[in-house]
Amino acid sequence: MRFEGTEDYVATDDLQIAVNASVILERPLLVKGEPGTGKTVLAHEIAEALGAPLIEWHVKSTTKAQHGLYAYDAVARLRDGQLGDDRVKDIGNYIVRGKLWEAFESETRPVLLIDEIDKADIEFPNDLLLELDRMEFHVYETKQTVVARHRPIVIITSNNEKELPDAFLRRCFFHYIAFPDADTMTRIVDVHFPDIKKRLLREALTAFYDLREVPGLKKKPSTSELLDWLKLLVAEDIDPEELRTNDPAKLIPPLYGALLKSEQDVQLFERLAFLNRRERAGN
Amino acid sequence: MFAELFYTLRKAEVPVSLREYLDLMAAMDRGLAEYDVEEFYYLARTILVKDERHIDKFDQVFGHVFRGLEPPEFEDGTAEIPEEWLRKMGELDLTDEEKAQIEAMGGWDKLMETLRERLAEQDGRHQGGKKWIGTQGTSPYGANGYNPEGVRIGQDGNRNFSAVKVWDRREFKDLDGDTEIGTRNIKVALRRLRKFAREGAAEELDLDDTISSTAKNGGWLDVRMVPERRNAAKVLLLFDVGGSMDPHIRMCEELFSAARTEFKHLEYFYFHNCVYESLWRENRRRRAGGTPTWDVLHTYPADYKLILVGDATMSPYEIAHPGGSVEHWNEESGETWLRRLVRTYPQVAWLNPMPQDRWRYFPTIGMVSEIVEGRMYPLTVEGLDDAMRGLSR
Repeated sequence: MRFEGTEDYVATDDLQIAVNASVILERPLLVKGEPGTGKTVLAHEIAEALGAPLIEWHVKSTTKAQHGLYAYDAVARLRDGQLGDDRVKDIGNYIVRGKLWEAFESETRPVLLIDEIDKADIEFPNDLLLELDRMEFHVYETKQTVVARHRPIVIITSNNEKELPDAFLRRCFFHYIAFPDADTMTRIVDVHFPDIKKRLLREALTAFYDLREVPGLKKKPSTSELLDWLKLLVAEDIDPEELRTNDPAKLIPPLYGALLKSEQDVQLFERLAFLNRRERAGN
Repeated sequence: MFAELFYTLRKAEVPVSLREYLDLMAAMDRGLAEYDVEEFYYLARTILVKDERHIDKFDQVFGHVFRGLEPPEFEDGTAEIPEEWLRKMGELDLTDEEKAQIEAMGGWDKLMETLRERLAEQDGRHQGGKKWIGTQGTSPYGANGYNPEGVRIGQDGNRNFSAVKVWDRREFKDLDGDTEIGTRNIKVALRRLRKFAREGAAEELDLDDTISSTAKNGGWLDVRMVPERRNAAKVLLLFDVGGSMDPHIRMCEELFSAARTEFKHLEYFYFHNCVYESLWRENRRRRAGGTPTWDVLHTYPADYKLILVGDATMSPYEIAHPGGSVEHWNEESGETWLRRLVRTYPQVAWLNPMPQDRWRYFPTIGMVSEIVEGRMYPLTVEGLDDAMRGLSR
């Protein structure tokens, strides 16, 4: 089992090594990186490449570690008890399995995605230490210990909103998805738009990297925004000539709404473009 | 050799423990990186480094420790490079055009002579820059195949694209903790101050308590409520405005906007250079006088955490003497007022946007730092982190 990227996903050498290390040594892989560089997609692609089932656990600010293990539906049991239902005698009927349990029960070795772990409370990662280490946990209500049949491949993503505790980090491998350089970006675009016009792509990439260089942008456009923008450019059949930023009349790239997501950024960019144009006119 | 990497990393304050080291050994044992330094570099990085802030440090240490693993390049200042061999290789590799460029620089001999001089001058390994020999930068000497006049030293031709090694590119420099600061980084740092507490009206269902009290109640439902959990940290933020603070406005704006979203209980005031008998809420009202500092001291209780933001660079008189203020006649010295603040609010941090290595040139920074009992921190991600840690103690 070696992960080498898939048809739809370009994995750089360092990413491949990180994934393979965590698959072979059975350690969770913590993935960080700018938004839109394909952190969540990675888990999907690993599952696809290795032919493993994918179990996704999306973390929210209210998520507790316990939710991943199991929940005890006390209200249902109370209701059944008051209605005199026979089910009430077996407490196991009211144990609702969480994502982690699901992953532990899987017939084949699954990929478990714990998405945006930093959204949860600060204590969340600490509460999962033992479970991720030993891949087992205890259900107090039924006095049963759930042990993983196959240690799942665990992919954890974080957007850095909270710092993760050291003890947790020590148990993970870590990979930071750097923003792709121009070569990698061309490969990524090739994968998504195999028959895009070469010239359009070159102009679009130039415009895109120029835009990322603009100082003071609140949210720099990332890979996913670029792909959206290209989709629009192809759909609208934009002439590559129009992307040339050295035409003073058209300094803002067409359909820029796909690239700039905040009102302030658009204004900033327009202002810079205006100043730029005035400077050119002055020369 | 691996042990050396491990200990040098620890020395460089990259947090690595025995566990990571054993993991790396296990990975090597399973044959994850064989016979390829680049693969080994990626593997070691993924296992040993747990935070993108440390990647840059890791790159530097890796470059330092594994210098000898690659074909010898420029071991250190005293390395002998067989000139004949270099000359031969250079002639093989260079196009006529490039040779012409060498001529333009004073000819091959001149190039070699300068190279020798620099080698002799150079002390230890060097990365980046424009003059010294190293990998990166625009010096014509060193293993950088992109430079038209660059001499590739000790590289065999098949790897010319990676004359600059991956770790030597130092692509993660920007992510190092002490460099840049942005709203997002600030927010992450400010979150250290979070102190969740249940306060106010009971609005949430407390399921566990409801169950246990229902059980105690003989099965009759007894609903229990608890107040919602909120961030209960209270912060009093005082900003220095105007004058010498102008270059730092953007950073302060970011700090302010981050603090606004992060704390529910945030009070802020402005001052100029040093705190005196009045503070103000809106910058344009400063001439008209603002809130008396006594009122501020009396309004906000001692459990507020006080954060002062200012460069603390001014004339020593502005701190030490009554009447020293540049804007008005102050009855009591700035020092008196600062000490009053520190006495009222035991949890104090002074954030200074001035780079820390320049602090020693300004005597007033030392004075202020002494007044706040050494709790002055640079306004960098790391400094902010330390400040928040100090405040939550």
